[in-house]
Amino acid sequence: MTDSTFSMPAPHPKERRLIFENISKPGYDTSLETYLRHGGYESLKKALGMKPGEIVDAVKAANLRGRGGAGFPCGMKWSFIKYDDGKPHYLVVNGDESEPGTFKDRYILHHDPHQLIEGVVISAFATNCHLSYIYIRCEFPHAAKIVWKAIQEARAAGFVGKNILGSGFDLDIYVHQGAAAYICGEETGLLESLEGKRAYPRIKPPYFPAVLGLYMQPTIVNNVETLCHVKHILRLGSEEYAKMGTPGDGGTRTLCVSGDVARPGFYELPVGAVTLGELIFDLCGGLRPGRKLKAVIPGGSSAKVLRAGEKFKIKAKGPDGAMTEKEIDMLDVVMDAASLAAVGTMVGSGGVIVMDDTRNMVQVLNNLNQFYAHESCGQCTPCREGSLWMSKITTRILDGGGVEKDPATLKNVADNIAGRTICAFGEACSWPTQSFLTKFPEEFSAASAKLLN
Amino acid sequence: MGMNERETQSGAQVAKVTPEFEAQAEDLISRYPVSRRSATLPLLHLWQNTFGSIDDSGVEWIAARVGVGPVQVVEVITFYPWFRRKSAGRTIIRVCRTLSCALAGSHDIKEKFCQAVGVDPHSHSHGFGAPPPTAPDGEFSVEFVECLACCGSAPVALINDDLHERIQPEDVPAIVKKYQS
Ligand SMILES: Cc1cc2nc3c(=O)[nH]c(=O)nc-3n(C[C@H](O)[C@H](O)[C@H](O)COP(=O)(O)O)c2cc1C
Ligand code: FES
Repeated sequence: MTDSTFSMPAPHPKERRLIFENISKPGYDTSLETYLRHGGYESLKKALGMKPGEIVDAVKAANLRGRGGAGFPCGMKWSFIKYDDGKPHYLVVNGDESEPGTFKDRYILHHDPHQLIEGVVISAFATNCHLSYIYIRCEFPHAAKIVWKAIQEARAAGFVGKNILGSGFDLDIYVHQGAAAYICGEETGLLESLEGKRAYPRIKPPYFPAVLGLYMQPTIVNNVETLCHVKHILRLGSEEYAKMGTPGDGGTRTLCVSGDVARPGFYELPVGAVTLGELIFDLCGGLRPGRKLKAVIPGGSSAKVLRAGEKFKIKAKGPDGAMTEKEIDMLDVVMDAASLAAVGTMVGSGGVIVMDDTRNMVQVLNNLNQFYAHESCGQCTPCREGSLWMSKITTRILDGGGVEKDPATLKNVADNIAGRTICAFGEACSWPTQSFLTKFPEEFSAASAKLLN
Repeated sequence: MGMNERETQSGAQVAKVTPEFEAQAEDLISRYPVSRRSATLPLLHLWQNTFGSIDDSGVEWIAARVGVGPVQVVEVITFYPWFRRKSAGRTIIRVCRTLSCALAGSHDIKEKFCQAVGVDPHSHSHGFGAPPPTAPDGEFSVEFVECLACCGSAPVALINDDLHERIQPEDVPAIVKKYQS
């Protein structure tokens, strides 16, 4: 079987690997035996000796935030499910990993399936779920086989199935393969897909997964990496786990860096441990020789772009505890959810795409616009029409047919999508256009001014 | 199974469903104890992997198994880019089109693959269940796909089930050779 073998260098000294601790070790394979030799399923044993509510509290106290993109507090999400409401509960794992720039779950699924399974069993025990599906995009055909085999091994050893390790807790886990549609990463689209339908996202309210999820029952949807963290919270204790991160955002986070850097790859770091500048220049070895930084998309393709040299005024606590305003460069922005939100973008899925000074921003935006136009599910008119319209305009500009009002038209279209759709794809597809136009206006006007109106 | 046989699938060929296929389908359906309809995608994958594409007989067979009308299976096929109503090449080369791969030269790589296997580099599938562009001899299909979640080792391509990373233009002929029968 061939799967990615690149991007797995030894950890950088600034890294702290929990999720990727074993994956990068030579000789570490996907067998149960190997996993057990590395302390596997010890957290599960601990969990089964706890009360389910205590596990939820531990995850809350650890300040674990979802790693799929939205960054929702995981413990809070779980507590929306009433443990004994008499309804069936389901746990669905989001392994659709399709936000451009993101490539962390692929390594977990291919190289450490038992870590995920252990996280799933603990999480299902905490929330009274007895049936779980791991939704894996079909472009990971080996992962589906590897995870399914691991589930069967775990079942044979009593970690999955009936009466897990004699606790009386039952859980079945199955793998479900997607079919190459980005929208299946959106949690309610994913549930529709799992029900055998087109992946049209559901409107919230009322269809919050925790209330009306899979088969209209209370359902938890979590990202692959998020559920792996649960195991480490129990292993380390909430306090130590939370301490690694920033207030309200605990543990480690995997940042995936791609584009124009010398050493692309994934880097697992304590939340907030590095700035954007440290990430690019220390960890990733800077840009290629002779090139300068031009732009960074910090959290998956939907995140708003940052321009090299851009300055921000942020509020910071001084040594005396008083809040002061200070000006920082984009390279000094800390790579955590709060800091990136404070400068108008997001940490999202952790996918950092770096572009150097040889890149044409109209081309870059056009690439993203084509992605969104292709992936819009077509349910909501503003998104279906708008994403295609934006893509047609940027393509036309590149083909030399730009007109002076194109930037304004692009902005107008984008502004009329965000906030007017059933799911957050609307925002995801308009943020690139809005931010590229704001940050690089001169490139768009120069490219569009070739023809007279 | 030869290309022509797959191309000429018709309703009459439901008989091609072997007991082994039947057993695989039952196993998949059993993984969805709450709703058989959930087995729609798995059965479409099984059918396409086994017979090359999902013709009318497949639609009808799956619809009956999961308890929906044929149109509800067709609407699923036409929504998801992975599924096709007509056969593709024996080997399918899916080159990533999205940003990190594009920055690393994926457009050039895709063109090289097209030239190496005889697919028109300017043709593309129009979706809705259409197969990817395929060489006249039926050996290869080449298409652009969206981000394959391996952006750190761009440019990448998924060839049948295997991932190829950091593809350089000069690697293309040797890669193609591995898949030539
Ligand atoms: C358009 C769109 C695409 C998404 N794609 C993914 C994805 O590929 N993987 C993922 O885990 N979450 C994705 N999400 C986020 C999910 O909807 C959901 O928030 C997440 O799975 C919840 O898990 P978490 O709380 O553990 O992060 C996407 C959201 C949107 C709006
Ligand atoms: S952009 Fe090609 S794998 Fe992500």
